[in-house]
Amino acid sequence: MSQENNENLRESATFDRTTMAEIRRAADTGIYDIRGFGAKRKLPHFDDLLFLGASVSRYPLEGYRETCNTRVTLGSRFAKKPIIIDTPVTIAGMSFGALSANAKEALGRGATIAGTSTTTGDGGMTPEERGQSSKLVYQYLPSRYGMNPDDLRKADAIEIVLGQGAKPGGGGMLLGQKITDRVAQMRNLPKGIDQRSACRHPDWTGPDDLAIKIQEIREITDWQVPIYIKVGATRTYYDVKLAVKAGADVIVVDGMQGGTAATQEVFIEHVGIPTLAAIPQAVQALQEMGMHRKVQLIVSGGIRNGADVAKCMALGADAVAIGTAALVALGCNDPKWDDDFKKIGSAAGFYDDYQEGKDPAGISTQDPDLMKRLDPVAAGNRLANYLRVLTLEAQTLARACGKNDLRNLEPEDLVALTVESAAMARVPLAGTNWVPGQGF
Amino acid sequence: MITVDLAQKTVRELNQSLHTENNIETHREWRVENTKGGHNIAVGLDADIKVDIHGHAGYFCAGMNKTAKITVHGNAGQGVAENMMSGVVRVKGDASQAAGATAHGGLLVIEGNAGARCGISMKGVDIVVKGDVGHMSCFMGQSGSLVVCGDAGEALGDSLYEVHIYVKGKVKSLGADCIKKDMRDEHVKELQALLDSAGIEEDVTAFTRYGSARELYTFKVDNASAY
Repeated sequence: MSQENNENLRESATFDRTTMAEIRRAADTGIYDIRGFGAKRKLPHFDDLLFLGASVSRYPLEGYRETCNTRVTLGSRFAKKPIIIDTPVTIAGMSFGALSANAKEALGRGATIAGTSTTTGDGGMTPEERGQSSKLVYQYLPSRYGMNPDDLRKADAIEIVLGQGAKPGGGGMLLGQKITDRVAQMRNLPKGIDQRSACRHPDWTGPDDLAIKIQEIREITDWQVPIYIKVGATRTYYDVKLAVKAGADVIVVDGMQGGTAATQEVFIEHVGIPTLAAIPQAVQALQEMGMHRKVQLIVSGGIRNGADVAKCMALGADAVAIGTAALVALGCNDPKWDDDFKKIGSAAGFYDDYQEGKDPAGISTQDPDLMKRLDPVAAGNRLANYLRVLTLEAQTLARACGKNDLRNLEPEDLVALTVESAAMARVPLAGTNWVPGQGF
Repeated sequence: MITVDLAQKTVRELNQSLHTENNIETHREWRVENTKGGHNIAVGLDADIKVDIHGHAGYFCAGMNKTAKITVHGNAGQGVAENMMSGVVRVKGDASQAAGATAHGGLLVIEGNAGARCGISMKGVDIVVKGDVGHMSCFMGQSGSLVVCGDAGEALGDSLYEVHIYVKGKVKSLGADCIKKDMRDEHVKELQALLDSAGIEEDVTAFTRYGSARELYTFKVDNASAY
């Protein structure tokens, strides 16, 4: 009889097999586990929310006849040239270096077909990415790898990154095996050595300095393009207020399910708050300042389908950003490479060692042979298809709630399945009028 | 020469003028007056022009400069010449912290002292400081040169990559992975050239060179105490 079928064996909930495997791994190596991807633990999430479709008290819109607007303008507060996107699903910042040039090109191609924006990452802007992205957001990161004023002026928006959901308060490390000649040249560092990305900006500290930094970037770009501030979700209410006060056009809040190219497992799983909990805090901050819809809110971290998009919008977001889901649409963790995943000790659907640069799907790698496995045109088309589906699904749900614009969705359209999600999302527990923390 | 009086014009108007092609093609020399410590003066320039700033400048003066020759006839605030790409920025007085932060190229000369983190994460710029530099200077410096004619504060060159550091005076302490190195002929020549470019006369034989031990280039658990 196998152990799994022996009813007398009882697995510890505290010391389960995954936990014990990690203890053994730590004992073997003496070093913490580093990996990519996002939080893998079960968290209160959008699956814990449901929409209240229209019936007698509300009337729905006809699915195939009545329009439901998905177009959103981002950055209208101060920028002379705000970004207009056709779908409120944008592509989150991911670096060339962490990702292959083909993957970055594919992200640009897919986003452009869908009429939305994509975002650079640590390491600067590549010509492939700029060339294929009709709307490109240029990240301004603490490391300033590849940062230069020419690319700053080529950008359609600039995103000052203060943190990301997978590791709020943490920097990064691109391991030497991914540092090819090109990556090294873009970052002004020797080939093959580990490249540390700082956790805080080198030339300013605190919100008052941030206001001056934002003004500097506006001056350099002659106030043409929007300036986003991206924060990892932690003290979201306060962070959003400070970012708005500092002069941001757009706030990006990345929940703890957001992905990363590489960081410590302990960081990914134990720092930050779920995306679901962050949105109401951000919206409250904006509303109290009279800036909701004036400063746009982009939410990211664990968005997978049109329902997630619609739920973010209903909670008050103006748009969402996807990272992990976009990579999966390109081909990340595709079962067709399962044999190759197994050769490196993983399996399709489980692969998260992006930092090792051995991705069989050719996405999180700089290996020339592996990179060739990803056709940027075909992968871009896959991403565009996926973005269309997200948009159509979100529209379907909005129409069912009687809304002719995704941004007309509201918290009143939602209920929660669990007490935890009701408290975090600040919507009633299904079948009740009870919002935990707000009395009866 | 064009004179811009910041008592009459805004920093926005100044910078827009300095970014406008017709203006900078016609007028190669600019004088800025009544700065009163204003922030973001002469940022994002991309032309072979000369800008003299009379008075003290606030944060990020000459930020992301390309090609232009900018002189601050006073003190400069935080992040002067941050992320500079090329050109020359000269501060006649003192500079606050993070001078030349992440700068990729060009020459930054500070004739007074520089505060903490001078040259933090520098990526190819040459920085010459006639006076002292504060603590954590050249932290995570990647490439370029830092010359200090006075003393350096604590943790000089912490987590250094490939910057060449030359200090004439005392160093309060070295940061992780930063070590004293021999001054070979090529370094003497390099230092002399840097001082000549900066217009500063010093005895190059009085300097000590510092650089990376390269022990932290690859993450090793044995070095955990250094992180």
